[in-house]
Amino acid sequence: MPLNTEPYTGWGRVLTGTGGRLRPEKTAGLKHIDLGPAVGALRSYGDAALNEKPSVDMTRLDRMLAFDAETGVLEAEAGVPLTTLLDTFGPRGWMPAVVPGTGYATLGGAIAADVHGKNHHAAGSFGQHVLSVRLIGADGVAREVSETAEPDVFRATLGGMGLTGIIESARIQMMACPSMLVDVHERRMPNLAAYMEAFEDSTATFSVGWIDATGTGAKLGRGILEEAEFATRETPFWKPRKPPKPVPFNAPGFALAAPVVRTFNQLYYSRISTTGRKPTKPIAAFFHPLDGLIGWNKLYGKRGFHQFQCVLPTESAALTLDAMLREIGQSGLAAPLAVLKKMGPGRAGPLSFPMAGYTLAVDFTNRPGAAPLVNRLIAQTVDAGGRIYLAKDSLAEAQQMAAMYPELEGFRATLRALDPAGLFETDLARRLNIRGMQ
Amino acid sequence: MNETWIILGASSAMARAFARDMATQGDALLLCGRDTADLERDAADMALRGAAPARVFAFDTRDPESFMPILEAGRASKGVLNVAVFAGSMPEQADIDADPSLVAGVVTDNFTAAAAFLMAIAPEMEARGAGVVVGIGSVAGDRGRLGNYVYGAAKAGFHTFLSGFRNRMGRSGVQVLTVKPGFVDTSMTWGLEGMFLVASPSDVAADIRRAIKKRRNVIYTPWFWIGIMTIIRTIPERIFKKLQI
Ligand SMILES: Cc1cc2nc3c(=O)[nH]c(=O)nc-3n(C[C@H](O)[C@H](O)[C@H](O)COP(=O)(O)OP(=O)(O)OC[C@H]3O[C@@H](n4cnc5c(N)ncnc54)[C@H](O)[C@@H]3O)c2cc1C
Ligand SMILES: NC(=O)c1ccc[n+]([C@@H]2O[C@H](COP(=O)([O-])OP(=O)(O)OC[C@H]3O[C@@H](n4cnc5c(N)ncnc54)[C@H](OP(=O)(O)O)[C@@H]3O)[C@@H](O)[C@H]2O)c1
Repeated sequence: MPLNTEPYTGWGRVLTGTGGRLRPEKTAGLKHIDLGPAVGALRSYGDAALNEKPSVDMTRLDRMLAFDAETGVLEAEAGVPLTTLLDTFGPRGWMPAVVPGTGYATLGGAIAADVHGKNHHAAGSFGQHVLSVRLIGADGVAREVSETAEPDVFRATLGGMGLTGIIESARIQMMACPSMLVDVHERRMPNLAAYMEAFEDSTATFSVGWIDATGTGAKLGRGILEEAEFATRETPFWKPRKPPKPVPFNAPGFALAAPVVRTFNQLYYSRISTTGRKPTKPIAAFFHPLDGLIGWNKLYGKRGFHQFQCVLPTESAALTLDAMLREIGQSGLAAPLAVLKKMGPGRAGPLSFPMAGYTLAVDFTNRPGAAPLVNRLIAQTVDAGGRIYLAKDSLAEAQQMAAMYPELEGFRATLRALDPAGLFETDLARRLNIRGMQ
Repeated sequence: MNETWIILGASSAMARAFARDMATQGDALLLCGRDTADLERDAADMALRGAAPARVFAFDTRDPESFMPILEAGRASKGVLNVAVFAGSMPEQADIDADPSLVAGVVTDNFTAAAAFLMAIAPEMEARGAGVVVGIGSVAGDRGRLGNYVYGAAKAGFHTFLSGFRNRMGRSGVQVLTVKPGFVDTSMTWGLEGMFLVASPSDVAADIRRAIKKRRNVIYTPWFWIGIMTIIRTIPERIFKKLQI
């Protein structure tokens, strides 16, 4: 099978994978290749899916294999994009129990990063709805792992960032999808305190907030909270969404300069009236608002961008968020895309990101000052007893790993038994010394 | 009334994308290819997308015996019967130069096997007085190039066959669509040097779907290849023979 040696990047386009990719189009193809770590849809931002040696692109092994309409249990190959599951089963009353902010993420990528969605506070993480995984180990053989068969390996695979092996296929428990529409309630949040109070009071099934990361002073932490419930009335008719439109070229450097972003954010905030707004939206538009614009990461220009995403424990979250938002606001480096969300405790594996508390995600164009700022934010996260999301990171350092991921040692022990030679090691694992061999 | 599609070379990423679209419409699919175990996974996938039903058949261009069960199943189908030919092969020209015995196989895979199959099913389609034949050719068939002239010649043969076949089948109301893709992101091109303007298999599938709806005869996909090929075709032979394109 030919190796495509073209360099490739994650969604942030700052770091580059140099080892090339193999791309089997048939299951049998997986048996005749030199093994390397898996690559999904490359919707992780940093170097999670990058490698200096050959990797295995799983996007063509994307078939749904079996579905039980009584129980909502689905078996599918790892390369299937979550949006396909939503489109196929939504109209029949089922959907993945957890969907991240992009529907292009693959089933394998969603398991490997143990992704969270807008219902994390109640539904937990993606991995908590995985029943079993067919995992290709370092010996090249695929085997079924689950809560009963090799439970340590199973759990290490949920959120294990591909380091335990290649996920060939998986069985997941889907959740009921009573409607293809959601009733959304959008409200202005004038500042951080009001915002967090609203999250604490929220009883909504889905909740997420846009935050104006350029806000300073009295406007610090202002934003728009979106809460949503499945629409209860009959879906009048359901049209498949319009085909997405591509961003044709890299945006010029000034497109996201500080004054532009401040103006944009002001308009974006004011578009919601003081009394709020209650639109009804297709679920795909609510879950994946940016998927209609293919390659929107090019809007950050060819130098790429960083996303900083942390989760902070509930007790100290207000204080830490306040300090972080001050620093971000003063820097003038933030892009419009910034998200605040309250998380529940749900997590599936030792390397899973979620913890009970607040998660903040902010994009920064990769220009001078951005990386040092993100590094300071990461240090603040570590000090606060929080953690950063490995699927988004490209800047953290190895010595910060253990503090953020207390179960790291156990994960390392599992890896030592599973993959002593490091066949599935990625650039991320090398940078953060996740395997603990350096 | 739902239709039936015979898909030859169903493991191609282009075929998969097209068959999925047909499955979503609720059509019945006969998925034909060599790796039947893998095609069973596609059949399961197509069924979940709405195919009614999707069945798998062993098909090898080099083994005409393998055509029989597929032809029979086609004849046994109800309603409109359609055929889409995606099967093809493109060995390195250098390998063929080194071993000319490979020529026959390339011609079989890209042209004569499909021609023989289509002629065998033709009377059935004529009798039904409806249906579509989709034949995947290639821009490579528009002019012989240094880099893949045997493959190009086989595709050219297929184009010419389809043109005459269209003339015949059109009289019975059967549409024959010749599809000439440029570069498409499939296993055939993965890792090859010098690829540009590479289209996704689902873009190609969408173009085919539109062309069927508009009852087109010949399409280039993506559309801009018609311009590129017009230029390439008009280069005088005395100049073209010296080019390295
Ligand atoms: C716009 C946008 C919004 C997002 N919103 C969210 C969100 O709300 N919540 C959230 O949790 N995440 C979110 N993400 C991040 C994204 O969901 C994760 O990075 C996810 O892992 C991407 O899946 P992928 O298929 O693109 O995997 P890749 O990015 O290609 O790979 C990610 C990791 O998964 C591993 N992997 C992929 N496939 C396999 C496999 N078959 N077997 C083993 N390992 C595998 C890789 O080795 C790598 O470590 C968002 C990303 C974008 C671009
Ligand atoms: N990719 C491009 O850029 C491009 C451009 C122009 C035209 N095309 C044409 O598009 C069609 C689809 O190709 P692709 O790009 O999707 O590449 P592909 O994956 O190699 O598809 C070729 C198909 O032909 C089948 N095939 C090959 N030899 C066969 C045989 N002896 N018997 C039965 N089936 C055989 C393959 O089956 P197996 O899986 O069993 O091998 C596969 O299904 C081909 O006709 C190709 O020539 C491709």
